[in-house]
Amino acid sequence: MDIVVLIFLCSGLFLGWSLGANDAANVFGTAVGTRMIKFGTAALICAVFVALGAVLSGAGASHTLGKLGAVNALGGSFMAAFAAAFTVYVMTRLGLPVSTSQAIVGAIIGWNLFSGFPTDTAALTKIVGTWIACPLLAGVIGVVLFKVTTAVVRWGKIHIVRLDSWTRIGLILAGAFGSYALGANNIANVMGVFVASNPFTSFNVAGIFNFTGIQQLFLLGAAAIAVGIFTYSKRVMLTVGGDLLPLSPVAAWVVVVSHSIVLFLFASRGLEHTLASAGLPTIPLVPVSSSQAVIGAVIGIGLLKGGRGIKWGVLLNISSGWVTTPIVSCLMCFIGLFVLQNVFNQQVYRDASYVISTSVMERLEKDGVATDRLEKLKDQRFDKVREFRSVLADVADFTSDEEAAILDRGKIDYVIVDNSKLWRLEELVSDQQFGVLWPLVGRSYLHPWMLAEDLAEKSDAWKSRPETKANKLFNRRLEQQRHEVYDLFRRPEPRKE
Amino acid sequence: MAIKLFGRTRRLMDDIDDFLALLSESAIGFQEAVITYLDQGASERFDERLNQVGESESRADDLRRTIQRDMYAEMLMPDTRGDILKLLESLDELINKFEETLWYFSSEKPQIPEDMREDYKELLIPTTACVEALVMASRSFFRDVETVSDHLHKVHYYEKEADQVIGRLKNDVFSTDLSLAEKIHLRFFAERIVWISDSAEDVADELMIFAIKRSA
Repeated sequence: MDIVVLIFLCSGLFLGWSLGANDAANVFGTAVGTRMIKFGTAALICAVFVALGAVLSGAGASHTLGKLGAVNALGGSFMAAFAAAFTVYVMTRLGLPVSTSQAIVGAIIGWNLFSGFPTDTAALTKIVGTWIACPLLAGVIGVVLFKVTTAVVRWGKIHIVRLDSWTRIGLILAGAFGSYALGANNIANVMGVFVASNPFTSFNVAGIFNFTGIQQLFLLGAAAIAVGIFTYSKRVMLTVGGDLLPLSPVAAWVVVVSHSIVLFLFASRGLEHTLASAGLPTIPLVPVSSSQAVIGAVIGIGLLKGGRGIKWGVLLNISSGWVTTPIVSCLMCFIGLFVLQNVFNQQVYRDASYVISTSVMERLEKDGVATDRLEKLKDQRFDKVREFRSVLADVADFTSDEEAAILDRGKIDYVIVDNSKLWRLEELVSDQQFGVLWPLVGRSYLHPWMLAEDLAEKSDAWKSRPETKANKLFNRRLEQQRHEVYDLFRRPEPRKE
Repeated sequence: MAIKLFGRTRRLMDDIDDFLALLSESAIGFQEAVITYLDQGASERFDERLNQVGESESRADDLRRTIQRDMYAEMLMPDTRGDILKLLESLDELINKFEETLWYFSSEKPQIPEDMREDYKELLIPTTACVEALVMASRSFFRDVETVSDHLHKVHYYEKEADQVIGRLKNDVFSTDLSLAEKIHLRFFAERIVWISDSAEDVADELMIFAIKRSA
C-alpha cells in the first residue's frame, strides 16, 4: 500500500484508538473496576469481539453515514476523521461530554459544506433522531430488564453467592456481546469516512469467503480500537467501575446488557432483515454513543427507584453535547480542509461534472421530477458541483429531494464494462446476474444508472422491486451490487479533443 | 470444571447456612445455661451447657475460616465478598460473647438474690430474641435481600426492650441492702447479658448498609 494512503488512514486509526480507550470501559468497566475479571482477559475478549462485530456487522451503520455525505477523496477522509478525533480529544480535556458519533457527523457536514456536495437532510434527521432515541431506549430497556431480573431473583430466592457467580459469568457474556455491538455500531465512526475512498480491494480467502475491501478497512479500524483498549482503557475502566459501584452487581449487569442491546439494535442488519420480513417497521442503522446508552440505562434504573440521587445536570450536559459537538467538529473540519487544500496542496474532494442531457431529463421525468424547469440547462455541462447547484437554485425552487435526484441522475460517472475485470464479479453477483453482464462487454455509459437500466432490461435479477418493507432488503442488496459494478468499471471520462 | 465450580458454590452456601444455625444454637444454649445457673448455681448441668456453647464457638470459628478460604476461591465480587466476610466476623464475635459471658458466670460465680432471679430471666428473653431476629435478617440477606429490614426492626425493638429491663433491674439492685461490692457485681452480670443485645444491634446496623448496597 502507498505510504501516503497509510498516513491518511492514521487519523482514522487515532479516532479508533480513542474509541477503544474510552468506550471499552462502558462494556467491561464494572467487571474490571470491581476486579472480577483481570484486565488482560477483559481486553482480549473485548478486542476479539469488537473486531468480529466490525467486520461482520459494521456495514449497516456506515451505510447511513455514507448517505449523509460520501467523502470521496482520501485527503478529505483524513481531515474528517482528524477533525472528529481532535474534537473528541479537546472536549474530553475540557471535561465536556462528547461522543465520536456526534463528532464524525459534524465533520462530514463540514466536508459537505467545503466541497459543495449537499447534505442529505433525511439521513441527518434520521441520525439526530436516533441520538435522542438511544439513551431513551436504553433507559426503557434498562427498566424492563431490571424489573424482570429482580423479579426472577426474588422469586427464585437465589443465594447471594450463587447470584454473584452467575452475575460474574453474565457480566463476561454481556461484555462479549457489548463488544460485538460496539464494533458493529461504532466502526462506522472510525472508518465510515474512508468507505467512499477505500484504498483496499476485495479478495477471496482460499475460495471460502470473499474478504471485501470494506471488511479489510474495518478490520484495520478494529485493530486500532484494540490498541486503544490495551494501551489506555484500563485506567478508564477502573474509574468507571468505581463510579458505578453504588449500583448492585445485578443492576450493573442490566446496564451493560441494555447498552449492548441498544447498540446492537442500531447496527444489526440481521434484525432489520427479520423485522422487514415480518412486515414490521425497521430500526435505522446509525452509529450511536455508547456512553449515552450507559447513562440512559443508569438513569432509567434510577427513575425506577424513585429518582433519588440522579444528577439531572448530566442530562442537560448530554443534550448540549448533541449540539456543541457536531458544530465544533464541523468548524474544525472546514478549517482543516481549507488548510490541507491550500497550504499542503492535497486533494480533499473529487469534484463532479454534470450534464442535463435528453436521456437524463427522460429519466428524471420517470423519477417524478417536472423537467420543464430544466429546459434552460439542457445539454449544458457543469464541472463543479457548487456551480451546478447554484445554477439549479437560480433556475427554479427545487425541493431537496428533487435536487438530490437531479444531482444523482445528471452526474457524469463514466463506466465501461471491461472484459478483463469481469471475473471479479463472479463472487459478488448471482449466476443469472453475471450472465447478462457478458453481452454488455465493451459498452460504455456516461451515467451509471444507464448501465443499471440496461441490466434491468435484460434480466429481472437486476430489476428493483416495488418499495415495500418486504422488498427493502432485496433492493438494498441490489443497490450494493450495482455499486460494486460501478466501482469496478469506473474510468476517467475520455476527453474529446 | 463447571460441576466442580457449582459443587463448591453449593458447599459454600451450606457452610454459611450452618454457620447461622450455630449462632442460633449458641443463643439458645446461652439462654439455657444462664437459666440453669439461676436455678441451680454453678452445677454440673451448667458446665455441660457451657461446654456446648464452647463447642459451637469453636465449630463456628472453623467454619468461618473455611468460608473465608472458599470465598476467595469462588472469585466473588470483592465488594460482596468483603461485606459477607465482615458480617460473618461480627456474628462470630457474638458467639464469642455468649461463651465469654458464661465463663464469667463459671469463674466469678455471682450470688444472685432469689427475688431477683426472675428479673435476670426476664432480661434473657429480649437478648436472645434480639440475636434470633438478627439470624433471620442475615438469612434474608443471603436469599431475599428485600426482606432484611423486616427482621432488622425486630432487632432494634428487642434491644430497646432489654435496655428497659436492665434499667429497672439496676434500680432494684442499688436499692437493696447488699454491700456495694455485691451491687456492682450484680450490675456487671446484668450488663454482660445486655452487652450481647447491644452488639447484635451494632451488627444489625452494619447489615442494613450491606443490604442497601445490594438492593441499590
